[in-house]
Amino acid sequence: MNILTLLDMAVSGFGDRTAVGPVGTGLTYAELLDRAARAGRSFTEAGSERVSFLDISSPALPVALFGAAYAGQPFVPLNYRLADDDLAKLAARTAPASIVAGPDQSARLSGTPGLTLTERDSFLHAAQTGNALEPSSWSMDPDDIAVLLYTSGTTGEPKAAVLRHKNLVGYILGSVEFMGAGEDEATLVSVPPYHIAGLAAILSSVYAGRRIVQLPSFDADTWIDLVATEGVTHAMVVPTMLARIVERMSARSIELPSLRALSYGGGRMPLPVIDQALSLFPQTRFVNAYGLTETSSTISLLGPDDHRLAHGSDDELIKRRLTSVGQPLPTLEVSIRDEQGAEVAAGAAGEVWVRGEQVAGEYLQQGSKLTADGWFPTNDGGELDADGYLYVTGRLDDVIVRGGENISPGEIEDVLLGHPDVNDVAVIGVPSDQWGETIGAVVVGTASQDDLKSLVTERLRSSRAPDVVLYRDELPYNDTGKLLRRVLRSELAESGD
Amino acid sequence: MELRPGLKLSSAVCSTEVIVVAGSGDVELTCGGVAMLAPGDDAGEATAAGGLTNGTMLGKRYCDEEGTVEVLCTKPGDGSVGVGQTALDLKEAKPLPASD
Repeated sequence: MNILTLLDMAVSGFGDRTAVGPVGTGLTYAELLDRAARAGRSFTEAGSERVSFLDISSPALPVALFGAAYAGQPFVPLNYRLADDDLAKLAARTAPASIVAGPDQSARLSGTPGLTLTERDSFLHAAQTGNALEPSSWSMDPDDIAVLLYTSGTTGEPKAAVLRHKNLVGYILGSVEFMGAGEDEATLVSVPPYHIAGLAAILSSVYAGRRIVQLPSFDADTWIDLVATEGVTHAMVVPTMLARIVERMSARSIELPSLRALSYGGGRMPLPVIDQALSLFPQTRFVNAYGLTETSSTISLLGPDDHRLAHGSDDELIKRRLTSVGQPLPTLEVSIRDEQGAEVAAGAAGEVWVRGEQVAGEYLQQGSKLTADGWFPTNDGGELDADGYLYVTGRLDDVIVRGGENISPGEIEDVLLGHPDVNDVAVIGVPSDQWGETIGAVVVGTASQDDLKSLVTERLRSSRAPDVVLYRDELPYNDTGKLLRRVLRSELAESGD
Repeated sequence: MELRPGLKLSSAVCSTEVIVVAGSGDVELTCGGVAMLAPGDDAGEATAAGGLTNGTMLGKRYCDEEGTVEVLCTKPGDGSVGVGQTALDLKEAKPLPASD
């Protein structure tokens, strides 16, 4: 089992189709496999143990990913937005490594020992003209490591999540139909190479036969223009991207009829944003995908029919489905557990546990986090309703303990976002001498503190009403749409009692 | 033969090639009713048994009734894959919408 099996099959089935880039000038599947064999040879000859990647998206990304698999070396993409110190630390952990770097990145690693560095253009040239490894000579050991992906490390040192070939191939075989895409289909990838969705997009598209269009640095106007000029039919975005796209689409009063499917994930989607998007893209099939790095991407999804049903409904229960991540993939199991690891009843809150072939649940230094019977406790809070719809309330670390009561920020955020004068909001625990923690809300919008308190009291209960409210022009997100709660936590702590 | 996930097998009677996705232990995996070959095995001269020539399709998965043995077709051919003289079933999976 090897991710190269997926590309090899694509070559057998539709080798002359364009895999990545514009039709006519992009790389075909056959060319991609050929370049991977040559890139793999260069990695082998460099004597490295890993292949690292420090660059924005370009054709070099799939060539390096599959080239690393050819050479039997784990692929380790690094976050080019890290500060120099943090980047140097991570790069040192990958040594001895071959590293493909963007022209503006290579100088940043010149002092790190154990790296064989090649700039993007030289790498692509060598992958076109250099010597190749023997055809089909890649390892088929399903336990070989395909990818090491550093988690965002909001607390402490980033951990390297281990994804083995069996996890990634299991995910693709279970969720993607081989050659399921028509020849005219193209997917726009805007997430960076160091995000699991960026890598999963490559594997899914290759297996489906869907051409990849890359957007190296997200900007809503460029995204809109690329969809129009490249005839993009599919795209995946994080919530912050969709919010910007919706804003620009409205301002430019533009339509994008080619876009058949739009999936989103990677963070909480504010209800007003998705509602507006559904109106702006009346023909588009929306998918909300929930997954983690440690689960090889998507484990649960809310499909197009549920989106349209909820969008058109006045029934609060059906409308609420838009805040759910849908139903678990048929190839895996999801279970909600209490603190003792016992399964809870439908509708009760607990921790999301998941089990299946695609679930890796493993880190390089810390080892496997799976239970003896193969379950991965995700550290995400959530609940399954009676119909099997999964609601994810956020990281359990973010749970607020107020006077002994566990309160999930997501529940309060959903209520606050329902206020017409709230555009975005984060609810965070504020240290308190009296309660242990009280509830703080950072609000983007004009709703008054009293209004917000009475809204929560009325919809939930008074102990969940925000004790402290701060107003901001915008909330801090990282480039992959994750809310930087620790930034807000320190701001709120200063205003606590 | 000893099955294990990731094992590549080719048909002795046609162009079919498969990769084992699930299954372990001693299982007689066949194509056209004739034992499939591991890399390096001698093909010999075999012909497919009657009734086991429905063919394989690229990218399709085939599994036994219990779901304990499953293979992925990586090269299509004329023979049917099976365990012994019993053909495996085509695994029908409801396509999911693209999510990444």
